[in-house]
Amino acid sequence: MELLCPAGNLPALKLAIDNGADAVYIGMKDDTNARHFAGLNFNEAKLKKAVDYVHQHGKQIHVAINTFAHPGGWDRWQGAVDMAANAGVDALIISDIGVLQYAYENYPQIERHLSVQASSTNLESINYYHQNFAIARVVLPRVLSVQQVKQLARNSPVPVEVFAFGSLCIMAEGRCYLSSYMTGESPNTAGACSPAKYVRWNKTELGTEARLNDVLIDRYTDDENAGYPTLCKGRFEVEGNTYHALEEPTSLNTLELLPELVEAGVVSFKIEGRQRSPAYVEQIAQTWRSAMDAYKQAPDKFEINEKWMTTLAGLSEGSQTTLGAYHRKWQ
Amino acid sequence: MKFSLGPLLYFWPKDTVESFYSQAMDSDADIIYLGETVCSKRRELKPKDWIELAKRLTTSGKQVILSTMALLEAPAELMAMRQLVGNGKVIVEANDMAAVQLAQQHGINFVIGPAINCYNLATLKVLISQGMTRWVMPVELSGDWLRTLLQEATEAGIRDQFEVEVFAYGHLPLAYSARCFTARSENRPKDDCRYCCIKHPNGLKMNSREGEQVFLLNGIQTMSGYRYNLINDVQELERLGVDVLRLSPESLDTLALIEKFRQQLSSPHHYPLEKNVECNGYWHNIAGMSLAQ
Repeated sequence: MELLCPAGNLPALKLAIDNGADAVYIGMKDDTNARHFAGLNFNEAKLKKAVDYVHQHGKQIHVAINTFAHPGGWDRWQGAVDMAANAGVDALIISDIGVLQYAYENYPQIERHLSVQASSTNLESINYYHQNFAIARVVLPRVLSVQQVKQLARNSPVPVEVFAFGSLCIMAEGRCYLSSYMTGESPNTAGACSPAKYVRWNKTELGTEARLNDVLIDRYTDDENAGYPTLCKGRFEVEGNTYHALEEPTSLNTLELLPELVEAGVVSFKIEGRQRSPAYVEQIAQTWRSAMDAYKQAPDKFEINEKWMTTLAGLSEGSQTTLGAYHRKWQ
Repeated sequence: MKFSLGPLLYFWPKDTVESFYSQAMDSDADIIYLGETVCSKRRELKPKDWIELAKRLTTSGKQVILSTMALLEAPAELMAMRQLVGNGKVIVEANDMAAVQLAQQHGINFVIGPAINCYNLATLKVLISQGMTRWVMPVELSGDWLRTLLQEATEAGIRDQFEVEVFAYGHLPLAYSARCFTARSENRPKDDCRYCCIKHPNGLKMNSREGEQVFLLNGIQTMSGYRYNLINDVQELERLGVDVLRLSPESLDTLALIEKFRQQLSSPHHYPLEKNVECNGYWHNIAGMSLAQ
């Protein structure tokens, strides 16, 4: 049972490790990862420091190379794999079939984890990646119910990792082009969803407007919390009703499913949020560490501590959390 | 250049589907893709009905291909796909790697559909070695992307080992979710959807609060609000070496449109596209919903 925390920079990485993460995951400073944001991520020198710090503490470090290689740009993806491998990381999180093949052929000794961006949601798909590229783990997309996760965890040829907490992607990851439809840039091609450079805020008589590449995503009255205009979490009009047609601004929180998922054989609980602050990572790591330790000590007596839930809700989008697709009624 | 009719993305009643395909047999399409790619709860035609329809359509002399689902979650959905892949007569368009896995087990060739993330030469090479004969480019990619990639394929000496197909007409399939957005619009979860997407044979409009038609809700699939249309780009597509252009069924009118697309090769005509109704941005390497005239 691993607690896997995000780190967008060295301070966040250190806080994650110091506060109980069993492993951290990071990305390189270019478009080879799905959090390609200004001021975030690791160059070669920082990567080496990160590996040293994590290994000195007896923990693991994973590197996400989880966008899809561009024609004419293969060197960047190959370079990211080479750099991570040479720095001595413990696992590569990969989505692109070509990149997987490269990593498998050149660094068979380094674990390959199938990124959530590969959108592998069923047994035959996992079999494909296992048989062809000897993946050591699959990260499941956030589209499966808890029953489906349990079934997969029981039958999968490789261990299963799930998203435990953080921003909620409501589409099958790696198969969503909504962002490029509106802005020209998607997680698959540019490593970002609803990129900040397309966001505009305007104060109007009707309220504060949030736009993404000029499209109105939402409008807030003064007493409403205005969230980042991720395009699937705005309010739209369908047949005369204006509502969150796809999803509300909310975060995934699976803490209450912890025992069920552990018993089903899920090996790793991933916290989303490489783009979040070191303080955020610190609080999440602490809270999840406490919960996981409490479960380990007395699995039969595990109870949700209200303080954990309050802390997590405070760190959530719109201060709301959901079980997302794990809970069938959400679907 | 050949022209294909993509799989029907909407949920239509069985009679409508059958009458559509009986007319498609006499249409100008060279290739017909068949099957449910969006939601396994749509069972007006069951897998065995699609297989029968496919076998019937092959008598028309057109190439017929069975398209598989993009988002497979339940074991029952895998069972249905096994039926499609193992039909013994026509090849499949894989829209999930599970279909590639099964096709490999059967030792049969396959088409890589637009829902599979094949973005580059390294991936094309792997898939060709596994039996891919045709690649449908992901809808979000541009002419520039394709040009560079096909140059690389030529330099690598593999360009003659696969065909290239481009989605050229229709509302674009953009995303898949566990959630049914059509049922959500009626305040119901997917488990109690009552097959409500059948009431929306061309999707359900999802507009911005300023009335801009941003997306179409089509069950668990989100589609482009505007209709993608590359009719003015057919000659360029041919120059790039694209082998097949895909038209996605919107209505019976789509069948007549195939001829217009084909005419663009011999006697090109500039069709003014309708702003806020049509788009072609992806091909022109700008936001997908944009329109380059």
